[in-house]
Amino acid sequence: MSTPQKIVNNFTIKIATINGTGSQSANNILFKTLVRMGIPTSAKNLFPSNIQGLPTWFYIRTNPKGYQSMKRHSEVLIAVNPASMGQDLAEVHPGDVVIYDETTLNIGTPKENVTYYPVPLTKIAKNTFDTPRLRSLLTNTLYVGVMAEIFGLDKNILRSVIEDSFKKKQKAIDVNLKAIDLGIQYAKEHLPKKDPYSYEKIKNAKPQIVIEGNAATALGCIMGGCTVDAWYPITPASSLNEAMDSYGQRLRTDPETKKKKIAVIQVEDELCAIGAAIGAGWMGARAMTASSGPGISLMSEFLGLAYYAEVPVVIVNVQRVGPSTGMPTRTQQADILKCAFASHGDNRHILLFPATVKEAFELGAKSFDIADRLQTPVIVMTDLELGMNYWASEPFNYLKGPFDRGKVLTLKDLENIKSFGRYADIDKDGIPYRTLPGTPHPLAAYFTRGTGHTEIAGYSEDPTVYRTNMLRLEKKFHTAPQYLPKPIVLGDAKAKIGIISAGTNDHAIQEALDDLKIKKTSLKYLRVLAYPFHKEVKDFIKTCDKVIVIDHNRDSQLATLIKLQFCDIAPKIFPIAYSDGLPLDPDFISHKIEEAIAHG
Amino acid sequence: MADMTNRSGFSKQDYQGPPSTLCKGCGHDSITSCIINACYEMGLPPHKLAKLSGIGCSSKSITYLLSHSHGFNAVHGRMPSLATGAEAANHTLKYIGVSGDGDSANIGIGQFMHAVRRNTDMLYIIENNGTYGLTKGQFSATADFHAQSHYGDVNEYQPLDLVQLAIELGAPFVARSFAGDKTQLTSLIKAGLAHKGCAILDVISPCVTFNNHETSTKSYPYVKEHDIPLHELGFVPSFEEITVDYKPGEATEIMLHDGSKLILKKLHNEYDPADRMNALNVLEKGFKEQKIITGLIYYKKDAKPHHELLNLVDVPLRDLTEKDLIPTKEEFDALMKELL
Ligand SMILES: Cc1ncc(C[n+]2csc(CCOP(=O)(O)OP(=O)(O)O)c2C)c(N)n1
Ligand code: SF4
Ligand SMILES: [Mg+2]
Repeated sequence: MSTPQKIVNNFTIKIATINGTGSQSANNILFKTLVRMGIPTSAKNLFPSNIQGLPTWFYIRTNPKGYQSMKRHSEVLIAVNPASMGQDLAEVHPGDVVIYDETTLNIGTPKENVTYYPVPLTKIAKNTFDTPRLRSLLTNTLYVGVMAEIFGLDKNILRSVIEDSFKKKQKAIDVNLKAIDLGIQYAKEHLPKKDPYSYEKIKNAKPQIVIEGNAATALGCIMGGCTVDAWYPITPASSLNEAMDSYGQRLRTDPETKKKKIAVIQVEDELCAIGAAIGAGWMGARAMTASSGPGISLMSEFLGLAYYAEVPVVIVNVQRVGPSTGMPTRTQQADILKCAFASHGDNRHILLFPATVKEAFELGAKSFDIADRLQTPVIVMTDLELGMNYWASEPFNYLKGPFDRGKVLTLKDLENIKSFGRYADIDKDGIPYRTLPGTPHPLAAYFTRGTGHTEIAGYSEDPTVYRTNMLRLEKKFHTAPQYLPKPIVLGDAKAKIGIISAGTNDHAIQEALDDLKIKKTSLKYLRVLAYPFHKEVKDFIKTCDKVIVIDHNRDSQLATLIKLQFCDIAPKIFPIAYSDGLPLDPDFISHKIEEAIAHG
Repeated sequence: MADMTNRSGFSKQDYQGPPSTLCKGCGHDSITSCIINACYEMGLPPHKLAKLSGIGCSSKSITYLLSHSHGFNAVHGRMPSLATGAEAANHTLKYIGVSGDGDSANIGIGQFMHAVRRNTDMLYIIENNGTYGLTKGQFSATADFHAQSHYGDVNEYQPLDLVQLAIELGAPFVARSFAGDKTQLTSLIKAGLAHKGCAILDVISPCVTFNNHETSTKSYPYVKEHDIPLHELGFVPSFEEITVDYKPGEATEIMLHDGSKLILKKLHNEYDPADRMNALNVLEKGFKEQKIITGLIYYKKDAKPHHELLNLVDVPLRDLTEKDLIPTKEEFDALMKELL
């Protein structure tokens, strides 16, 4: 057999392990090592809604172009889970590589043209480490060692990553390094290289950070001045609130008194979480809560109150698969319509759609400016894919402020005016002025209510008063886009076919577009970062004969929202909606776009 | 009279609100006037007070008081969550939460319990009429077993007692009063305001429209007949000398956080509000004997309010600026470096 051509830094590894056995830490070490080698790398953790025992898969994709989407096929399989072995092996194609735990897996008849590297992982771990826990944990580190040898990970970088990962825990560093060395050793002695895949360090690559999406959003919220985060645990949002807590400890603790400049409060449910955030927002703090589908549903009543009473508050919705409890550890963007109109009566809420950790960080910070400026809830629509995966990214830019605290009348302001009407449209932009409780002036106080109200916040059932107020709220919504991040437009400006999407769909779409470009299909692509949509979105649609809106849900929710806002050009919109709980597949999207174009 | 002011220079009018739209004779209106009097007499500046409520006639009543204080009328049963957030954002205001029995014992029982558990720093008044006034007389969770509604149906469920529950949950200040006993009620409101932490004050407040018939234990005639005050209450604000006439041994004195004193002149044997088991026994005995026990039923010293448990800086969080809140460039760069 002649050695096939080398394939460098351009393949995907799928690691099939058992949930709760500590594979996460080994996988992250592997991921970070590749990032530090300067190779464009992305990772996807596909895990079950379970604490221990069910199958879990970790995908590490390296790719010269830096694509971050999840390919459906992986060239390399690391199989250590007997329970998922059947399925895992069935997905192996000719040309692929399988590294497997020989001690626990009986792979049966080998497939033709597949390279197998059997390693007695469990046996080595058993012979080397004394406690069952260490054995289980280090079985994972062992395969990283084996991979280091077979695919050529930079061993010094790998060691440095281990040292950094277990900072100050010398024992953990020692055993992990030992496991790595054993893996390397075993591969050297028993596994001559038979496959074409390898990693090569990229010289002069710009250093990249590795951060979990939820942590990036949380860090943004810290930079944006959030001081109150009330929350209730839910996958996939918990780690965002936990990051608020740990960043709070680190960045918001007075060095002398050890007192905190942030309150991260785990409350009894999401009703209280949103209520507390609204109470704090009303009091003038930058306040938030982060949750997911079931929690967001519970928050609906309060969201309507904050909309109608005009209280700034930030809600992060790390979307997961619904309806109902759905698939809590899978990803989807099916809360778009629900969040845009959450609560009974005429409501419209500001939505932000980050696609990357960098955007999650920046929009996390900006969301507080927007909420304060517009005095209304702002919902940051991330998803499980962004939130619960670790991502490589260029380092974030320092955000130095200043904050936009919006229209708040201070004591001084009040001293210079004769009257104050909380809901009066002084500036004719729909945004009224507010005062904060505690302001020592007789004009300052007003009554915040969810009932019909006049310009001076008095109770009213008057038809004209009601309607005037509702129209002002609508006007505020029209004012909103100037304070919101603008859409990003890419591709061939002259193209007559346009693509529109939002959030993490971007990863699959960018890759699909490159694929279609090779096939000489001329396209342009607009990604919205916020709702309500800017005029630019309409202009973009106007210049196209057809606009394909790509949704990560069943019901074309983004397409529907666009059609609702721009109903006169709705016929140009052709929706592609797909969701099965996994991140969108670039090949599928590319194929669907071709179909849509052919559809005439 | 019009230009009379309290020690902070505010007139009574500064604590009043627009005219009430509740039914004439509604117990809630009496409570409103006691809150106004208490705040006025204590000389609390109106801007240092904030009023919060849920939904119901009772919750609506905060519209009719303290029009120079900020107020927030929340959704049904969720007032405590607003208070939780407001306190975290600014612990320097006095929060008065007004709720109803439906608001707190039915839809909002979870928030009630957790606000107590967190020791949310507020005076939490439940205007308890054993019925849903605003939705026209359905039974609430505090309605008596076998009570008859306005429409003649019979309540088959056991009542729930928020005072008992609050004591069990560890609330540091638990009191019950009656809307018709303005003296006792005003003293308890003042004490609740002087107290730091969650002060639960359940006030029997007859609904004259739907639940004021002879057989209701939340009616004027019944309470007047069956009220058993534990003590005669005297409240001495921090800025006044004690001049009340009582002999040592006849009274218990409770020093509140701002230095005010609550004097409990004993009417009944050796009632000690610090004894939790005894408090629960006295309540239980009261139920059995169809008596309504009023007064300061339980008091625990030194329970840290929520904002202290959160270990927050002294400056209210909402007053912190960019300088306080944005990590320095050095801190940020160090963090980025660690993530590389
Ligand atoms: C979520 C929700 N459900 C139902 C209602 C209708 N509702 C309004 S007030 C009320 C009961 C109020 O009873 P209570 O708290 O005892 O106040 P009261 O009127 O007796 O003073 C109900 C059920 C509502 N406003 N919101
Ligand atoms: S219905 Fe009852 S509770 Fe409501 S205002 Fe009338 S008397 Fe008061
Ligand atoms: Mg009631």
